Amino acid sequence: MYKYDNYDQAIVDARVEEFRDQVKRRLAGQITEDQFKPLRLMNGLYLQLHAYMLRVAVPYGTLDGRQMRMLGHIARKYDRDYGHFTTRQNIQYNWIKLEDAPDILADLASVEMHAIQTSGNCIRNISSDQYAGAAADEVADPRPWAELLRQWSTFHPEFSYLPRKFKIAVIAADEDRAAMRLHDIGIQLVERDGKLGGKIFVGGGMGRTPMIAPEIKDFVGAEDLLSYVEACLRVYNRYGRRDNIYKARIKILVHQIGAADYARQVEEEFALVKQLGIDPPVAELERITAMFAPPAFDIAASDTVDRSDPDFAVWLDQNVKPHKQAGYAIVNISLKPVGGIPGDASADQIDLMADLAERYSFDELRVTHAQNIVLPHVRKADLYAIWQQLTEAGLAEANLDLISDIIACPGLDYCSLANARSIPVAQKIATRFASPERQRDLGELKLKISGCINACGHHHAGHIGILGVDKKGTENYQLLLGGSGAEDVSLGKITGPGFDEDGIVDAIERVTDKYLATREQGERFLDTYRRVGFEPFKEAIYG
Amino acid sequence: MADDEQPAVTLDAFLAGQSNATSVRIEAGDDARLLLPHLDQLALIEVSFPTFRDGRGYSSARVLREGGYRGELRAAGDVLVDQVPLMRRCGFDSFAPEAEIDEATLAASLARYEQVYQPAADGRDPVWKLRHG
Repeated sequence: MYKYDNYDQAIVDARVEEFRDQVKRRLAGQITEDQFKPLRLMNGLYLQLHAYMLRVAVPYGTLDGRQMRMLGHIARKYDRDYGHFTTRQNIQYNWIKLEDAPDILADLASVEMHAIQTSGNCIRNISSDQYAGAAADEVADPRPWAELLRQWSTFHPEFSYLPRKFKIAVIAADEDRAAMRLHDIGIQLVERDGKLGGKIFVGGGMGRTPMIAPEIKDFVGAEDLLSYVEACLRVYNRYGRRDNIYKARIKILVHQIGAADYARQVEEEFALVKQLGIDPPVAELERITAMFAPPAFDIAASDTVDRSDPDFAVWLDQNVKPHKQAGYAIVNISLKPVGGIPGDASADQIDLMADLAERYSFDELRVTHAQNIVLPHVRKADLYAIWQQLTEAGLAEANLDLISDIIACPGLDYCSLANARSIPVAQKIATRFASPERQRDLGELKLKISGCINACGHHHAGHIGILGVDKKGTENYQLLLGGSGAEDVSLGKITGPGFDEDGIVDAIERVTDKYLATREQGERFLDTYRRVGFEPFKEAIYG
Repeated sequence: MADDEQPAVTLDAFLAGQSNATSVRIEAGDDARLLLPHLDQLALIEVSFPTFRDGRGYSSARVLREGGYRGELRAAGDVLVDQVPLMRRCGFDSFAPEAEIDEATLAASLARYEQVYQPAADGRDPVWKLRHG
């Protein structure tokens, strides 16, 4: 894991003092709310329906036990004993007092954490593969590249007032576990002639105009990475639309001028920017990479797991994934208990996960974009003990990637942008499909719910997506089918007229029934949908 | 503005023939690169910030400094105290804010960050350079 040196710490400490001063000036009335807004937003502080919400950065979703425990401490001391893990691998707290925010940032800084650029029209937290460093299919650990980008983007003087927010993801495997091509910039590390470089995709995103990022450059070496990304951003900052916030993301620019023309402009800018000495020496990436060296695995660790407890075996098959190291496994901790709030964890649960990481996973945890937690490096011999402790804490739901493993935004229960509630819909769907056998029979089915068109709940990328809208003052839910945020990326299609809260649950059941009646051997829902197309499902829904 | 300063002309007017002017004002949407052939004769370039949210001027400043401009580079308009440090990093060395900026707040703000993560137009060494020499 990355460890701050004195420079990193000084910068984060200075940010705490800067924000303390900004809050003081706001509370004293020296700056208006309008002027304060971009300042607090660049520190992850939103004003929501009921209170301030603070979003804390978890860079590329990686944290250690001490940091996790601090997240629990903040939930306990400053919030209502829980936090909400987000689709951007961050955590947010819903009941924050403005005057507490500087102290929270100081607490975070004491464990090398911050809330820098977790909102605002700037470069946001860099996201990555939650299995980085543990998956057998990666060409390298993508996190050193993400950390290089984190530092470069932090308080970037030219790109702090972009036309709109800007999200970057870095992965290093063909299987895309980070929805890479639905980011403003997606980078896939690839190997060419024995050398590592990034394949660059620009202009993806969700929101009201979802787009899949086209590839604009097949290979950028580490020595050029920051110059190249700086060129990508400069073209956007100069030419991205600012007249309409709904058309201000880079995807609109890339779509309007075309990927080829955008790529050409980036090349021209890159030729100039490359002369500026923006790229650090190779030694800097090496310094960072050394901190992500694989942990000291026990090479004698046994590959055998005792499956005699049937409940454990179910969890093992569903939530535990293969590790690159023999004798080890990747554990997914579901934050989606049936009837619960997707992504929420209590302070006690957060503490327990911190304990488990320290004891069993080389002191490492990951946050996933599907709002779950990962223990990346677990000895197979320890799986049963971990499962028992998770079970006691209500964290052993065996539903990874099943229909109840729902991504949902906070929706109208919290969010000032929302048009409809997401959480009760997620709860009703999970309850309808509560039977574990039924869920497993349905197989991989990624269901994603957004409470407004901004798509924080990734509904465009759901195998089944739900979009909450306001229809003449009542909440209405549109159904989408056929999206994917994975390497087989696609955007869901709206089925037709929307439904009320109970109607949408019934409609989903008609979809899953149709799937069960139509599927061929080994087909996931998405495969069947792609084979037979939209119409049979539409007919099943609307009759 | 100093009393003896000549008023800045618009970019269009400058390019259209008033090329003896030594001061030019560029709007947020203007292409600063069009000035690059004329930098030697310019003593002042004023970059407009119509609202503090419009960040195009930061890129304009960098383009001009990277193109070799050494004269006065002024940020004018909706320029807020918390933006001045970023503007300085992008190459601005003069400020004409619409609303008065509190000197003490500004001084504290400018002194706050001893280190920066990325090179910009202000010549400060980034952290990686301090790490590796």
